[in-house]
Amino acid sequence: MKKMWAPLVAAAMGWGVASAQTVTLTVASFPDLDRGIKLAIPLYKKLHPNVEIKLTSLAYADHHTAMTTALATGAGLPDVMAIDMGFIGKFAESGGMEDLSKAPYNAGQFRDQVARFAYPLAMSGQGVMVGMPVDIGPGALFYRKDLLDQAGVSETDLTKSWESYIESGKKLKASSGAWLLASAVDIKDIYIRSNLKDGEGVYFNKQGQPTINNARFRKAFELAKAARTAGIDGKIGAWSNEWSEGFKRDRIASQMMGAWLAGHLNNWLAPESKGKWRSAHLPGGAYGSWGGSFYGIPKKAQNKQAAWDFIKFLTTNKEMQIEAFRGIDAFPSLLAAQNDPFIEQPIDYLGGQKARVLWKEAANRIPAMSVDKFDPVAAEVVNAELEKVLEQNKDIGQALADAQAQVQRRVRR
Amino acid sequence: MNPNTLAGTAPVTERVRAATPRPAWWRRPWLSRRSAPYLFISPFFILFAVFGLFPLLFSVYLSFHRWDPAAGLEAMRWVGLENYVYSLRDDDWFHKSLYNTLWLALVSGLPQHLVALPLAFFFHRALKRSRNVVVGLYFLPFITSTVAVSLVFSSLFSRDFGVVNAVLTSLHDVPLIGWFFPEQNIDWGQPGYTKWMIAFVVWWRYVGWNAVLYLSAMQTIPRDLYEAAEMDGAKAWQQFRYITLPLLRPMIFFAVTLTIIGNLQLFEEPFILTGGTGGIDQAGKTAAMHMYATAFVDGDFGTASAVAWLLFLMIAAATWANHRLLGGRRD
Repeated sequence: MKKMWAPLVAAAMGWGVASAQTVTLTVASFPDLDRGIKLAIPLYKKLHPNVEIKLTSLAYADHHTAMTTALATGAGLPDVMAIDMGFIGKFAESGGMEDLSKAPYNAGQFRDQVARFAYPLAMSGQGVMVGMPVDIGPGALFYRKDLLDQAGVSETDLTKSWESYIESGKKLKASSGAWLLASAVDIKDIYIRSNLKDGEGVYFNKQGQPTINNARFRKAFELAKAARTAGIDGKIGAWSNEWSEGFKRDRIASQMMGAWLAGHLNNWLAPESKGKWRSAHLPGGAYGSWGGSFYGIPKKAQNKQAAWDFIKFLTTNKEMQIEAFRGIDAFPSLLAAQNDPFIEQPIDYLGGQKARVLWKEAANRIPAMSVDKFDPVAAEVVNAELEKVLEQNKDIGQALADAQAQVQRRVRR
Repeated sequence: MNPNTLAGTAPVTERVRAATPRPAWWRRPWLSRRSAPYLFISPFFILFAVFGLFPLLFSVYLSFHRWDPAAGLEAMRWVGLENYVYSLRDDDWFHKSLYNTLWLALVSGLPQHLVALPLAFFFHRALKRSRNVVVGLYFLPFITSTVAVSLVFSSLFSRDFGVVNAVLTSLHDVPLIGWFFPEQNIDWGQPGYTKWMIAFVVWWRYVGWNAVLYLSAMQTIPRDLYEAAEMDGAKAWQQFRYITLPLLRPMIFFAVTLTIIGNLQLFEEPFILTGGTGGIDQAGKTAAMHMYATAFVDGDFGTASAVAWLLFLMIAAATWANHRLLGGRRD
């Protein structure tokens, strides 16, 4: 009996010593981004064998609600927090996240290695940077080549200008009865983001005043209305049942969204139309970003240094960025990864088109716009007013003025 | 002789107590016989205090502050009644949501009871052996998960591919009554139709529950009342009107109260059926949805708490009115 004690004690001590050096990193994320973490874990283990990574994943909206709650109380915060583009404005202003631009992180050193427009997206009005961009969503136009050929419409017709886009839609409707786009609201979404200068916000200016009642929004509303009146949109909301059915039944001929849509189309939206889709730049010379993800460190996190090492690996390590690109179709924010020969490969789903080259070009021309924490509020108000214009024939000038006043009231500045 | 030492004179418990030695901790006050009952019921009260009472009181406190939750607890700022004033005076989405909630409460609530009462009477009188099975089937919607039901119904109400539209448009071709039905698919997402869709799903869910409540109450009515009435020549609907209804009054009051409280807090059905947004022109946004959106989309927990308490005042007022109308004994 006594002889067993010594090896047992030695084993226990060894185990104790080993676990004393292991750092457990908690990462909170959401699908589909969590697959990127799962891909990263084995690769990171090779570099840092003593780091144990625990991943918790909740649905998109639930994850951000859970993070908001955790920030509110300061409890249950992960070491690494994934934040999506839609919520980055809110978290940037919150004051509960570490400023990555300061020491000991000094994220500014990577600024010119990463896509130009991605950094300002994670910054608050005071220049506090709350997240490192891990992927971006360069906006692209996906269209059904076969339906367009049938109608005698070429790609240039679609992308030359917004007016010719709408005209092409009429031709398409006449020829095969398909809608050119799912919802006229998409046109508004792209137009208000296009032709922004660096530092401009979509809905708010630098002082936080809403900038909705202006020429840009007016043109956006007019184009959307023209598309609706021409009957070229299906009045179908994105991600709804009709939307996915529309793709499967050849009813929707084009969709403007982030480049990551190609992955969705291939996987579940329209796998049968493989080879019939192509990608192009957005019409009218618009360049915008659609989505994008960031990783941040909460102020009350336990293992900040280890968290920062992991985030650097995910966002600035070229091999990891390409791995994520291959695995989950996440367009890399790291410029070096964008220049990898992988982007020259043809994409089968798009009929062998080398679409990634296209998206890289688009990514380089996206303006570095600024975000505001009330962006979701403004987006909701503008959508509501646009629906009234489209459905109830409300006057555009009136709608914009109402939207401006509404947003003013709701943000109560 | 000491009477207490006589065997059989003192109660058993006393004699056992006197005979058995007690450990020291038995004498501590917190484990005495007087405090033991409180100890046993304390788990409920502790849980209620932490998860029920504290959030309630904190919510009242919060409604007088302005708080963006992502900024942490230190960011709360006292603003007094500003949140209440804003909601009542300036927030037209709140007004719209109140109107929607009241509309839905009425349009889904009234048919729930108007259909459940005769239905329960029919179960009570006409079904004997199959009653349990049929009642069980009618009760199924109530016990099914609201989210699952709403998801399935949002597929059924799909504009181009939904079963509901397929049935309605095919009924258009039926000779006599076809004029009543639409020729083209109805877009249930349009503001004019969204509330009808939500009201239907809510009605479908609760009509069985109300039927069960009424059936159980009807079964307590003594049979000889009906027999006496039948001997006097009363038909079925007369018996229903003059015997069943008056005696059912307390249960109607109870069921209507539950309907008021439940319908004024509608959240899951409109949330899922409108995809979380409240629909075009906020046609499907209820007060509870507005509260949720104010908290998590606008990031304004203070105003959301104010909306919650305004909703509470409304429900309290409606319940009081119901009590005046249907409650109490008036015979």
